[in-house]
Amino acid sequence: MNLSESDIATIWLTLKLATTVTVLLLIVATPIAWWLAKTRSWLKAPISALVSLPLVLPPTVLGFYLLLAMGPNSAIGKLTQSLGLGTLPFTFWGLVVASMVYSMPFVVQPIQNAIEAIGNRPLEAAATLGAGPVDRFFTVALPLAKPGFMTAWVLGFAHTVGEFGIVLMIGGSIPNETRVVSVQIYDHVESLQYAQAHALSGAMLVFSFVVLLVLYTYQHKRKAIGMTYGQ
Amino acid sequence: MDSNDEKLGESNAARCDVIKARFQTSYQPRANDHFELNVDIDIPGQGVTAIFGESGSGKTTLLRCIAGLESNVTGRLRVNGELWQDHKICLATHKRSLGYVFQEAYLFEHLTAFGNLQYAIKRSVQPANSDFLEQVINVMGIECNLSQLPEQLSGGERQRVAIARALLTRPKLLLMDEPLASLDTPRKLEILPYLERMRSSFNIPIVYVSHAVDEIVRLADHVVIMQSGKNIAQGDIAQLFSRIDLPLGIGNEVGAILECNIVARDMKWHLMRVAFDGGNLWLPIVDNSDNSTLRVRVLANDVSLTLTPHSDSSILNVLSGQIVEVVNDQAPAMALVRLKVGESYLLARITQKSLQSLSLIKGKSVYIQIKSAAIVR
Repeated sequence: MNLSESDIATIWLTLKLATTVTVLLLIVATPIAWWLAKTRSWLKAPISALVSLPLVLPPTVLGFYLLLAMGPNSAIGKLTQSLGLGTLPFTFWGLVVASMVYSMPFVVQPIQNAIEAIGNRPLEAAATLGAGPVDRFFTVALPLAKPGFMTAWVLGFAHTVGEFGIVLMIGGSIPNETRVVSVQIYDHVESLQYAQAHALSGAMLVFSFVVLLVLYTYQHKRKAIGMTYGQ
Repeated sequence: MDSNDEKLGESNAARCDVIKARFQTSYQPRANDHFELNVDIDIPGQGVTAIFGESGSGKTTLLRCIAGLESNVTGRLRVNGELWQDHKICLATHKRSLGYVFQEAYLFEHLTAFGNLQYAIKRSVQPANSDFLEQVINVMGIECNLSQLPEQLSGGERQRVAIARALLTRPKLLLMDEPLASLDTPRKLEILPYLERMRSSFNIPIVYVSHAVDEIVRLADHVVIMQSGKNIAQGDIAQLFSRIDLPLGIGNEVGAILECNIVARDMKWHLMRVAFDGGNLWLPIVDNSDNSTLRVRVLANDVSLTLTPHSDSSILNVLSGQIVEVVNDQAPAMALVRLKVGESYLLARITQKSLQSLSLIKGKSVYIQIKSAAIVR
């Protein structure tokens, strides 16, 4: 394995991106998953469909719309510019936003499944024991839904590491800013550097296999709730 | 222990009176199905009140309304002087000083049995001290299970831990929703003695939902009968069980309840004489008859009627009484007869044929032969 300095840099950038996206996604996706698991509103179906869109849309379509949405003439673009942040496309944070949208269903669904599997009764039992809503969430729902959160974490992280199309659309290939492993491999292949493409691709393959192996081993052991991949 | 008893004493003084509950709510359990609850009850602020009714009669919904677990409920709830709900306020469940035992135990699977108990203690307004904790663990008999996870416990053990957990919140009211219904008969018989010990050890008013007559006659002091979302009758258990206009058990289960005192023991024949408000009965001495008061259940099937006293019968207990009411039984061959004996009532289930051949009608004096009577508590 002969990884060049720029290869190492893309690996670090990829890990940084995936970690940032996963942490932010868990914070954003948990309330959405909770709402989807509990609501009886007619909005449940449209919101579910919206969250799941990245499962079926080509990343280019998603990337294209995000590019327009975050562009200099859009509402978001004007807001970020007025805040002195410039525009988001072709920056690390633009990539974070796009990746969050793209990986959302992989994080929302395991959490939603876990919360649905717990049901209301343990939470009602906690309420009769004097636990308020926040207390119930942290002391009952969270521990019982832990396997679902683990799955969400792993899938969210792995899926962000593995994305390509949307990165190309939103991020391009700027070293240390948006050039992640998948893009680097593409560049290597385009410039016919097969040895380097091999090294990085091999690393990705091993990484992905190990992640899924760990996930399924854990699932098998726990027979736990809310662990289905995608759905 | 002393400090405990003091605390219990204090709260006794405060819980002067009654639980007044008035609720209206409605929902659709299934499409094309509408359920409406309309309840107005006053129940004693102490002892065990059973909410009795067939499934779908609204018993559990009523209990959930008391606990504040149902949404869209209008009404009023006052528990021993404390207002929990009216048109202006509605305390959230976790602000109501209650314990709730669900049909399934609903222990927290991620905590040990002891962790489950601690969960309750930590959130109690007046946390249980170690004496009280020890007492609860003893009474429920879960000493050996404390370090186990819920998935390692049997159904009966889970339910006992759940009851202990509810008691440790030091509730002003304990709500129990068919706590034995999910258990098989041997487990039920295993838990009933613990429930009886709990009833006598802790002075907490209990509302106990059940459709099982045998549980109610053992545990309850007071009964509310529910039908189609309404309370159709309520009162003292002996009084209600001697009525024949209520759906209190069918066929073999119909029977009157007598509250008795032991007045004499005859060791030669291994019998004891017990007195009730209206007469005496001879009953076999039972091992646990240390307490001098007993609750005796006389099934209507075990009562027969004669017009003259028989001295040549094997039946030991013969009382004289008067017929106050006769109704048809669900079985076409049978009739139910309500009898007044002194201040108490008994029921007899006899054939329509005998009813006619002996011309048993309201007001007639008869001799009542009791073939057997069960000591239920």
